[in-house]
Amino acid sequence: MSDFTSGFWNIYVIVLTVVSLVGCAWLLVAMSKARGAAPPVKGTKDTTGHVWDGDLAEYNNPLPKWWLNLFWITIVFAVVYLVLYPGFGNFPGVLGWSSSGAYVAERKGVDTTVEPLFAKYRAMDIKQVAADPEARAMGERLFLNYCAQCHGSSALGARGFPNLTDKDWLYGGEPETIVTTVTNGRLGVMPALGAGLGPDGVKNVVAYVRSLSNLPHDKLSAQLGKPLFAQNCAACHGAEGKGNPAVGAPNLTDEVWLYGSSEAAITEGVMRGRNLNASEGTLAMPAFKDILGEGKIHLLAAYVWGLSNRSAAGK
Amino acid sequence: MNKVIRIEPVPVAAAGQGEVELYEIRRKIYPRAVHGVFARWRVALVIFTQVIFYGLPWLSWNGRQAVLFDLGTRKFYIFGLVFWPQDVIYLTLLLILSALALFLFTAVAGRLWCGYACPQTVYTEIFLWIERKIEGDRLARIRMDAAPMSLEKVVVKGLKHTVWLTIAVWTGYTFVGYFTPIQDLGVRAITWNLGGWEAFWLLFYAFATYGNAGWMREQVCKYMCPYARFQSVMFDKDTLVIAYDTKRGEPRGSRSRKVVPREAGLGDCIDCQICVQVCPTGIDIRKGLQYECIGCAACIDGCDQVMDKMGYPRGLIRYASQNAMAAGAGLAFEWRHLLRFRTVLYTTLLAVVATGAIVGLALKNPLKVDVIRDRGALAREAAPGVIENSYRLHVMNTDERARSFRIDATGLPGLEVVGVEQPVALEAAGARLLPLRLRAPADSAAPGPHAIEIAVRAADDPKVARREKSTFILPR
Repeated sequence: MSDFTSGFWNIYVIVLTVVSLVGCAWLLVAMSKARGAAPPVKGTKDTTGHVWDGDLAEYNNPLPKWWLNLFWITIVFAVVYLVLYPGFGNFPGVLGWSSSGAYVAERKGVDTTVEPLFAKYRAMDIKQVAADPEARAMGERLFLNYCAQCHGSSALGARGFPNLTDKDWLYGGEPETIVTTVTNGRLGVMPALGAGLGPDGVKNVVAYVRSLSNLPHDKLSAQLGKPLFAQNCAACHGAEGKGNPAVGAPNLTDEVWLYGSSEAAITEGVMRGRNLNASEGTLAMPAFKDILGEGKIHLLAAYVWGLSNRSAAGK
Repeated sequence: MNKVIRIEPVPVAAAGQGEVELYEIRRKIYPRAVHGVFARWRVALVIFTQVIFYGLPWLSWNGRQAVLFDLGTRKFYIFGLVFWPQDVIYLTLLLILSALALFLFTAVAGRLWCGYACPQTVYTEIFLWIERKIEGDRLARIRMDAAPMSLEKVVVKGLKHTVWLTIAVWTGYTFVGYFTPIQDLGVRAITWNLGGWEAFWLLFYAFATYGNAGWMREQVCKYMCPYARFQSVMFDKDTLVIAYDTKRGEPRGSRSRKVVPREAGLGDCIDCQICVQVCPTGIDIRKGLQYECIGCAACIDGCDQVMDKMGYPRGLIRYASQNAMAAGAGLAFEWRHLLRFRTVLYTTLLAVVATGAIVGLALKNPLKVDVIRDRGALAREAAPGVIENSYRLHVMNTDERARSFRIDATGLPGLEVVGVEQPVALEAAGARLLPLRLRAPADSAAPGPHAIEIAVRAADDPKVARREKSTFILPR
C-alpha cells in the first residue's frame, strides 16, 4: 500500500534518508578529532589548533566519549526503526504497524475492558434496565456525550430535533424501535409539493393541515384542501393525518410540531419538502452502530425509553 | 557595567599536523571516604529524605494510601487533601516555591541543593557507601580495578552489583507505589502480574537509579544537569562558596610536623592531595571556584582533619564568599553581607507565595461547579407564557464523603429550577453531569439575554457552596 502519487517520491525519500544517515555518521567521524593541531605540550593550553587574528585560539574542552556514543546510538536507533516501522519510502516495516491498525487494536482493547460492564445489562430486558439506577446513570452520561448536542441536555429537542421526553414518536417508542433508530439512524424525507400543487393548492393544503389540530385556519381553504391532502399527503400521513411510524411521517393531528406550527413553517415544509437536499444540510439521525456498539446502544435505548416512561421505569 | 574583562593571551602551541581528540575517555573517580561536620550533615539529609521517600507510600489515611497520585482517575491524595486536575494552581505554587527556595539557598550559600539534597547526590552517597563496605576504600578499589580478573574480583563485584540492583529495584517499586497503591502493587509484583506501564516505570526508574548512582555519578552533574549550570548565575561575590584560602595556603609543600611553616617559607597547605581524593567530581578546589564543584564540602572535612593532625587552625578550605576571601575577613563580614538586595527579594517573594499557598489551601472549597448552556436550543416555550432554558451542570464533590446538594437559581423574578430531583446526591470524591432546566415567566423581563446565577449548596454545610454565572434567554 502506498500513499505516494508516483514511484519517484519513494526513491526520493529513500535517497534523502540514506544520505542523511550517512551524512550524520560522516560528521561524527570527521568531527571527533581536530586536525592540524599541535599535540598537547606541557605548560600550554590544549587547543583545537584553530587560530584567528593571529592570537585568538580555541580551548579544547573535550566532551566525554559516552556522549559521542549517544549520537551513534541515535543512528542505530534510526536504522532499527526504519526496519521495524514504516518510514523508508514505501517499505511498510517488518512489524506491519500502521496508525489505523493501532487505532483498531486500541478500540478492541477498550471494548474488551468495558464489555463486562455492559454484558450484565445486555442480558436484561430494556424496560428492566431502565429501572436500574446505575444503568440510568450510565445511560445519562452516554446521552450527554452523544445525543445532547441535537436533542438537548434534557432531551427536550429543538427545531428539527424531536423531543424525547413526550409520548409522541415519529418511528415508534417501543424499546426495540428505539434500538433500531439509534443503531441504523433515521432520515425522514418529505417530498417537495410546491410545483405540483401550485400556490393556491399549497395554501389550501396548509389550511387543511392546520384544521386537523384545531389551529386557527381559513374554513373555506381547508375545505378545498381536503381532497388535495387525500391525493398528495395521505399516502404517508394517513387518510386522517395520524402519521405513519413505518416511514416516520409525523402525526399532524396533535400539538407536537417538529418544525413549528406556524403557517409559514408548514408552508415551507409543503413547498420545499424536508431533508431532500444533502447540500443544504439534512437533519438526519446518524447511525451509531459503529460508533457505540450494541452494549452502549442497549443502555442508551433504556435511558431514552425511561425518559417518557418515568413511572414504568421506576421513577 | 564598568568592569573591564581583560583578554589574556594564552600561549598556544604552534599549529602542526597533529590530531587532537575532541572527545575524551572518562577517567573513573574513586572518592575517598571522609568524616566531619558536613559529611554528617549529608548523611543526616540522606536518611531524612529517604525515610520520607521510602516510607511515605506505606502510610494510610482515611482507609486509603495517605499519599497517592492516581493518574487513572486523576485524583491526587496527600493526607487529608484531595487534588483534582482543576487544582493545578497548587502544583504551580509548589513549583514556584521550590524555584524561589533554590534561588535563595543558592544566593546565600551556593549549591547547597546539589551538595546535600539532590537525589543524584543522595543515591550516589548510598551507592558509594555500599561500594566502600564491599570493595573497601579508595585505594582498595583502585587496586581491584587494576587487578586482572580473578574469582575474588568477580565475587566482590557481583555482590556489589547485586546489592545495588536490589536497592535500585526497590527504589523503582517505591516510585511506582506513589502512583498505584503500593501494597496491591507488591502483591502483583510477587505473583508476576504487573501491568505493562507499571512494569516499565518500575524497571526504568530502577535502571535510572542504578545507572546514575552506580555508573554515571559526577557525569550527570557535569554534562547532563541543567540546574548545575544555571545555579552559577545566582552566585554573587557575597555568596558562600567552598573556597581555598590561597593567601594562607601558598606556597604549598610537604613538610615535617615540627617545621614552622613561615620560617620555612611555606604556606599552610601541605599538598597532601586529600582534598582532591575526597572530591566526588575529581577537581582540585585549590584552583578556585569551578563549575564542576557541587558544593558537597567533602574537601573541607578532609582538609580540617589534616589541619588538626598538623596542629594548624582549621578552615584552610572553608565556606567563604569571594569578597570575604579577598578582604581576608571572617564570619562577621559574611553575616553582615547576608542581607542584600537579592536575598531580601527572594525571601520576600518566598514569604508572599508561601502565605498565598497556605491561605489558598485553608480556604479550599471542596465543591466545584461548571455551568454549560445548551447550544442547540436557546430557549423554548414549555407552556403558554413559560420559557425554559436548558443547561448542563457539572458538579464535582472533591470531599472524601458523600454529600447532597440543593440547586437554586436567581436573577429573574419567578426563576425556578425544574427537571432535577432535589437534593442531588454525590458520592465521595465523585462528579456528575446534571441536565438542568430553568423556567421563568415570559413576561418576567424584557426579551433578550439576562445575567443569572446558579447556586449549589451542600445540604449539611452552608460553607460548602458555589455561585456560578450564566445567562437566561427570553425570546422575542
